[in-house]
Amino acid sequence: MELSLAIGIGALTASGVWLILRPRTFQVIIGLSLLSYAVNLFIVAMGRVRTGAPVLIAKEIGDATKHADPLPQALVLTAIVIGFATTALFLVVLLASRGLARTDHVDGQEPEA
Amino acid sequence: MFLLAVLVLPFAGSFIAALLRVNARNAEAWLAGAVALTAFCLIGASYPNVTNGGVVGWRTDWIAELGLAFVLRLDGFAWAFAMLITGIGFLVVLYARYYMSPSDPVPRFFSLLLAFMGAMLGIVLSGNLLQLVFFWELTSLFSFLLISYWHHNAAARDGARMALVITSTGGLCLFAGVLLIGHIVGSYDLEQVLASGNAIRSHALYVPALVLILLGALTKSAQFPFHFWLPHAMAAPTPVSAYLHSATMVKAGVFLLVRLWPAMGGTNEWLWLVGSIGLITFFLGAFLAVFQQDLKGLLAYSTISHLGLITLLTGLDTPFGQIAAIFHIMNHATFKASLFMAAGIIDHETGTRDIRRLSGLWAFMPITATLAMVAAAAMAGVPLLNGFLSKEMFFAETIEVHDNSLVDQALPYIVTLASTFTVAYSLRFIRDVFFGPAPAGLPRVPHEPPLLMRLPAELLVLACLIVGVAPALTVAPILDTAARAVLGSAMPEYSLRLWHGITPEFLMSIVAMVGGLGVYVMLRSYLLAHEGPPLLGRINGKRIFDWVLVTLSWRLARWLATNLGTRHLQPQLRVLAGVAFVAALLPLYARGLSLTGPSGRGFDLVFGLLWVVGVGCAIGAAVQAKFHRVVALILLGTAGLVTCVSFVWLSAPDVALTQIVVETVTTVLLLLGLRWLPKRIARPGAAEAPDSIRWHRVRDFSIAFLAGLGLATLALAAMQLPDNHSISRYFVENAYTKGGGTNVVNVILVDFRGFDTLGEITVLAVVALTVFALLRRFRPAPESIPVPEQQHAQDAHDEAHPDRQKGDTAKDTLATAALMMGLLFPVIGVVAIFLLLRGHDLPGGGFVAGIAMATAFILQYMARGTVWVEARLHVMPVRWMGFGLLLAGSAGAAACVFGHPFLTSYFAYAELPLLGRVPTASALLFDIGVFSLVVGATVLMLIAIAHQSLRRYGVPLLAGQRPPDERAKEELV
Repeated sequence: MELSLAIGIGALTASGVWLILRPRTFQVIIGLSLLSYAVNLFIVAMGRVRTGAPVLIAKEIGDATKHADPLPQALVLTAIVIGFATTALFLVVLLASRGLARTDHVDGQEPEA
Repeated sequence: MFLLAVLVLPFAGSFIAALLRVNARNAEAWLAGAVALTAFCLIGASYPNVTNGGVVGWRTDWIAELGLAFVLRLDGFAWAFAMLITGIGFLVVLYARYYMSPSDPVPRFFSLLLAFMGAMLGIVLSGNLLQLVFFWELTSLFSFLLISYWHHNAAARDGARMALVITSTGGLCLFAGVLLIGHIVGSYDLEQVLASGNAIRSHALYVPALVLILLGALTKSAQFPFHFWLPHAMAAPTPVSAYLHSATMVKAGVFLLVRLWPAMGGTNEWLWLVGSIGLITFFLGAFLAVFQQDLKGLLAYSTISHLGLITLLTGLDTPFGQIAAIFHIMNHATFKASLFMAAGIIDHETGTRDIRRLSGLWAFMPITATLAMVAAAAMAGVPLLNGFLSKEMFFAETIEVHDNSLVDQALPYIVTLASTFTVAYSLRFIRDVFFGPAPAGLPRVPHEPPLLMRLPAELLVLACLIVGVAPALTVAPILDTAARAVLGSAMPEYSLRLWHGITPEFLMSIVAMVGGLGVYVMLRSYLLAHEGPPLLGRINGKRIFDWVLVTLSWRLARWLATNLGTRHLQPQLRVLAGVAFVAALLPLYARGLSLTGPSGRGFDLVFGLLWVVGVGCAIGAAVQAKFHRVVALILLGTAGLVTCVSFVWLSAPDVALTQIVVETVTTVLLLLGLRWLPKRIARPGAAEAPDSIRWHRVRDFSIAFLAGLGLATLALAAMQLPDNHSISRYFVENAYTKGGGTNVVNVILVDFRGFDTLGEITVLAVVALTVFALLRRFRPAPESIPVPEQQHAQDAHDEAHPDRQKGDTAKDTLATAALMMGLLFPVIGVVAIFLLLRGHDLPGGGFVAGIAMATAFILQYMARGTVWVEARLHVMPVRWMGFGLLLAGSAGAAACVFGHPFLTSYFAYAELPLLGRVPTASALLFDIGVFSLVVGATVLMLIAIAHQSLRRYGVPLLAGQRPPDERAKEELV
């Protein structure tokens, strides 16, 4: 279970890092999205892997330690929304850059041969 | 309390002065004069409180936890200085009223002058060293602004910049030194510091602290080797020179030396550092002053020389030396300020300051000439004037034995020689300007200035005379008070008398005067023919300063930028990835890492298979992102879905819900963007990539592989550690009792960490508006503007069939789906509201509900097209956003009305018809705000991008037709 998740996080990270090092803007935006999946999973995983743990609390709280860790979840929840906003911003910037520079290279100009 | 009034008064005056009309010369002068005179009288009236070592204090706590307080403190020494600052300030204001031309913007001048007066008072009244440093830097700043008052003049700008760089760098050193003192003493309070002299002197950090503080004091007082800024500061208006560069600001350095002498003086380091720098400056300044051709330049070097004299007195490290230093500070301020005023009058009335062009002015302006001559005589140390008295004290002190070194033995001879030059330049000032033949070729015919312009100089010269003739009756008690404040009980015997008999110091004065006459006569022909001094003419402080400045701020910066910086993104990201990797590796290297922790859970086949898909999609997206963007996007979406399912698995239903809706809108967003990207088609027969690119790929692949391996390892290790439930436990235990909700994640978002959420939705709003603003000026690449191929194919198909109209194919595409999407609109809306309302107790909440609602809108756009939707539906996302932010903010602020901190939530149960007992918390209002903002922001971003396809780039419009993008803008707002 942990191993599968760790390998998944690793693959997402590796693909993401590979893509953000590529020269085309679209590759970078896909890479950033993959990286944010990896990071969000990683943060939630810091609350430890608990399958089927209670998420909602009853009026009488039993053992708080059996409960799913709410803190990383709250952090990731807002991170997902903000991630969407930054993706949108980056997309618009890359479109504007492509319109102005006539290229989709990340530096705004094709590398010298 | 009156100290605070004295300190605040100039700043308040400065503020008012800045608001007056540009040509309100009289009002400005009245205001500034009244401020200075009031402060002068207030301080003067407190004299009885500071005699005999009395201190007036005022303090208020600033950061009590750190023991920092704002302390004002007036003792005899500060009193004397404050009187100089306000008194001469008043005279300078009066003088400036007539000096400034009607075309000068006077509000700026008087405003800055008053602010400077406030800052200077701040220095002398500070009872806390940190506070002193603050005012110290403030004087540097105002001095910069005052020197550059005529900023159309390049010399003024350069001089101002030089003064600022040197004095504020010195100020930073002083700050560092003060921090060291604070470290040694354990307090920044001036009285405690002064009382801890022995602790400071015996501390290991004494020498660094001393050097740093001296750097601050000596740069401010224009001491060698930092003296060169003062002559360049003469580009300032003359009232500024008279005030800042003779009487006040440059005295701040020697003020600090005398002030801190009880705490830091009395060591060999003090004697040698301060003493030798003072001696060099005294000698050098006097020597260079003789060779100046500019009246103000002569006075500037003479000021440097006199400040050197004062520094030397302080450096000689005896109580008597400090008394003489204080006395000379006062005397120099009076005669030098009046000399500057006289120089300004001459400049004003003749149009030149060049000594070679001036002569015989006695005939034209006898009163000004007399004033200047008396003041210059005081400067030279002629008996019956105040300069003579302090000069004699100075000579007497130099004769004393200090450490009996060779320099100490030679000291009386060196200072006599330097005084010879002092006499020579004073003589030159008088003889060359006022006597000789009548001047020829002056820009104006000189005459006496207005009475009130002369009055300040007259008062100052009168003071020189009275003090010089009857010191015991006038200045003696004040000097005694000031000295007692510095020295405490250790007051030496001294007498302030005109005639002490024929003493060695009297003989030194006579020698200097006769020698000065001789030097002047010898050098007269040289002076009229040559520019600049012999020997030293080539050593130019300004040139060295410029070289240092250019080297540091331009050459070094450029070297660093070219060698360490790059304008390319990829190397930067590579470094970023590398640094992140190393930063994560270092603690692991130090603390070790175990991959088999106690709380592993074994293998789950379905979860494993899920991630086989996930890994495949991630790698697939990475491979396809270059040539097959749509494929990459689909694979990205699938990887996102796998992530989403994993969240469910990890008992995080809220996160999973949010992830799935965000995934949807992100995919739509990126699909919208694809339209504007360049075509890139892989050619199967293309040549192999060159070696350099293949090497880049190998390197990037290694970095990516290492990063993935690293994070995977870290995650695996962390997941197997036992959970220590750091702070989450608090949230679980208190979510219901304190937040009134059973969904802990939601309670954290809207209640416990509500302020964070408020910040986050604000960021969301800002980003959405930025996206909108960027797209308003969007200009796509020309090759993306024409209608895309697919649309051409559709139209061609329509035109080929006689029964079809152009656009039918587009309309028919996804017709069934479009119908369903239309019907789904209210359904999704209800689901969104359901998610919003249950959020506090069950998975859901404002974020997910907002994005779900946004999807409902987007679906309509996708199904029917922008034009169709906007003809029927006015979404107005910016209003949604505004309403949301306002509601969230006011829901939080409502708590303040009931006396609770911002964003405190309140909850209760309400009986509603039909629905029954419903938990209502004020947090729900907050969540509705979040919902509304998220809807607005998401829709705004998506629609703004979607609208780009409607715009007609560069196509002329028919008459009366509105451009579609303008209509679109109205729709959005």
